[in-house]
Amino acid sequence: MTFEIPKETNAGRVVEVTLGATSEQGGTRSHTITIGGSNALPFHFFEGRHSNRPIVAMEVFDKVPAKYPEPLLEYYRDVINSPADMAKMCVDEYGAEMISVRLEGTHPEKGNKSAEEAADVVKHVLESVRVPLIITGHSHFEKTNEVMKKVCEVTAGENCLINYVETDNYKTITAACIAYNHTVVAQSPIDVNLAKQLNILLTDMNFPREKIVMDPLTGTLGYGLEYTYSIMERIRIDGLAGDQMLAFPMLVNPGYETFRVKEARALDQDYPSWGNLGERGIYWETATAMSLLAAGAELLIMYHPKAVETAKKKIAEIYESGKGE
Amino acid sequence: MSMALSGLDIFKLLPKTNCGDCGVPTCMAFAMKLAQKKAELSACPHASEEAKATLGAASEPPIRLVKIGGANALEVGNETVMFRHEKTFVHPTGIAIELRTSDGQAKNLEKIRDVENLTVERVGEILHSDLFFITQDSDNPEDFVHTVEATKQNSRKGIILNSGDNKALEKGLELLKDDRPAIFLKSRLSEEVIEFAKAYEASLILTAESFEDLGAQSDAAKEAGINNLILNLNSENLGHQMQNNAILRRSALKQSFKSFGHPLFSYIKGENSHVILARASMQICKYGSIIALSEYDKAMLYTLFTLRQNIYTDPQRPIQVEPKVYPIGEPTPESPVFVTTNFSLTYFMVSGEIENSGISAHLVITDCEGQSVLTAWAAGKFVGEKIAKFIKDIKLEEQVKTRKIVIPGLVSQISGDLEENLPGWEVIVGCQEASDIPSFVKNVQLT
Repeated sequence: MTFEIPKETNAGRVVEVTLGATSEQGGTRSHTITIGGSNALPFHFFEGRHSNRPIVAMEVFDKVPAKYPEPLLEYYRDVINSPADMAKMCVDEYGAEMISVRLEGTHPEKGNKSAEEAADVVKHVLESVRVPLIITGHSHFEKTNEVMKKVCEVTAGENCLINYVETDNYKTITAACIAYNHTVVAQSPIDVNLAKQLNILLTDMNFPREKIVMDPLTGTLGYGLEYTYSIMERIRIDGLAGDQMLAFPMLVNPGYETFRVKEARALDQDYPSWGNLGERGIYWETATAMSLLAAGAELLIMYHPKAVETAKKKIAEIYESGKGE
Repeated sequence: MSMALSGLDIFKLLPKTNCGDCGVPTCMAFAMKLAQKKAELSACPHASEEAKATLGAASEPPIRLVKIGGANALEVGNETVMFRHEKTFVHPTGIAIELRTSDGQAKNLEKIRDVENLTVERVGEILHSDLFFITQDSDNPEDFVHTVEATKQNSRKGIILNSGDNKALEKGLELLKDDRPAIFLKSRLSEEVIEFAKAYEASLILTAESFEDLGAQSDAAKEAGINNLILNLNSENLGHQMQNNAILRRSALKQSFKSFGHPLFSYIKGENSHVILARASMQICKYGSIIALSEYDKAMLYTLFTLRQNIYTDPQRPIQVEPKVYPIGEPTPESPVFVTTNFSLTYFMVSGEIENSGISAHLVITDCEGQSVLTAWAAGKFVGEKIAKFIKDIKLEEQVKTRKIVIPGLVSQISGDLEENLPGWEVIVGCQEASDIPSFVKNVQLT
């Protein structure tokens, strides 16, 4: 029997996006992080290059999310109200490679904190950790624009990942990213064409391609995961085939999306066939993360320390197999 | 190795008499139909043995269907695409639970019963594991036979036998005569095992360390007349496992490489349950046909069942939930009423967000053949008249005292129509996105 490994090469390559900035680059981060750069399907080291490993970020909050579940509180109870301390814990103890600061407390119906308050939170986190930051806003256009503008300004030069803009609300935030040298997340609702259209809108504003990260919108396990999964595969296949407007690294949110759903929160006695709650949340988030990695995710924002640990270990193991290829 | 045959290739193999006995006027036209798989060669009474052999091989599925188990056998294989969006994946990954003889009979019996009881319902489907993977890791071959016996007595799931001791293996096979077991081979294929597979109609799980050796064993087994093969290309490293799976699947589908045209097996172990779950998840996503779990717990299985259901859902046929009234929280007759379609994702999002909002409510799910709100509205399935009829059919007015109903914001245009068809009710237009439900219920008077 003679067998030759069937290899497929691609014309396109996912653009490399660098996050954060060191002091030489006008920021205060100890190092930068680069994602993207693949010219083959996820993990296909046998037929292409994956210059950068997927990155696992963790998230802190300006306001504790309503119904933040007990299995997470067990880890964060002492720091949950102090984003700077929680960020430090995530980096030092749980190995977070980046920190996302979620500013949901600025939403008019979830606390209506001011842009200045949000900027203070971000500044404190910048002081407490040296990894690059993701700044995560919300769906209230007017308020998120105001907050992001302020945050972009006070973090000028840090090259934060500003999360996110969408088709109906991208101009203000993108302009702020240009003015203060940040990178942006282009979010679209699980749709290849809408994703592409938004990227075109951004580049039409002369926003540089190497400063765009895509968020295809995460459906967690059991709640639309298969849609996210297939849209990501289609985006990646088209990007690798040479569609420049789809060849961007992809960000996903296994943490936020998992710990909102019943499976990560319901007590054992209410659903006896679902098994132990503590483990269930870890499994749910890990399975979501692993499947989205298989679909092409480059940046994952995760919540549970054990899920983070497992995902990081498995990413390292997978990339071990690419050595020497 | 063989590729799909063209109409012309097939024509050359036909009698070329244009007799019409097949029901098609000419041999060329019949050949074209065969190429498009719109006809079967058996329709031609004059086909030569050569034509039958060649066409038979070409019409085989690129990945063979293999069954394990008796009456309700697990079927794996027959996949035709690399990506689920291209069409769909057809035979969900079989999940096997390992029983080790070293654990002792009492513990294994407990495990068998536990696994048997471990079923979960999710969107109308009963989810469960499929197989037992029985490993002999104690010295006494009788332990193995007893474990097989106990499994057969207490479960109807299919069995994979994993014993390096051929005497024990044969005794196990003897017990599973009519149950179509599978034999897992830790080492290379031997003459003796080939004879077992023939005598007991068992499928074989071949293990190799390289593509070449795996192909050679696959060819040798087929040469000996055994076609029900499952492939296990060993690697400790998850990255290699994923690449091996992709290469094997691609070889089978794209190159019609027959040696690899079989389902794939993986034994899943790890330093803790999270790692086992992570490895198993990757196998479910990327081409694992059967995974044998060295450890399991309830929550792990529920997670894997759900992932398997997600990945193997037909992208063209969304999962539907049963149309009825769902209580969210602990609703009283005064609690508000929401209505939406029976697309499973819509149901999950809306019910989840009502729950997140902290209120209790009645969620009316109407029959829209699994379509989302806008699609169902465009197709005339989620319109005033139909929703009103459904609400009358289920006698909602007898179950609730409230007369306010919240419709999805995306179909505000149906509100007048619905009020007309539902006298006495006030229709409230809800928010467009499910994620805005918590703020919506805060700001709108619903009762």
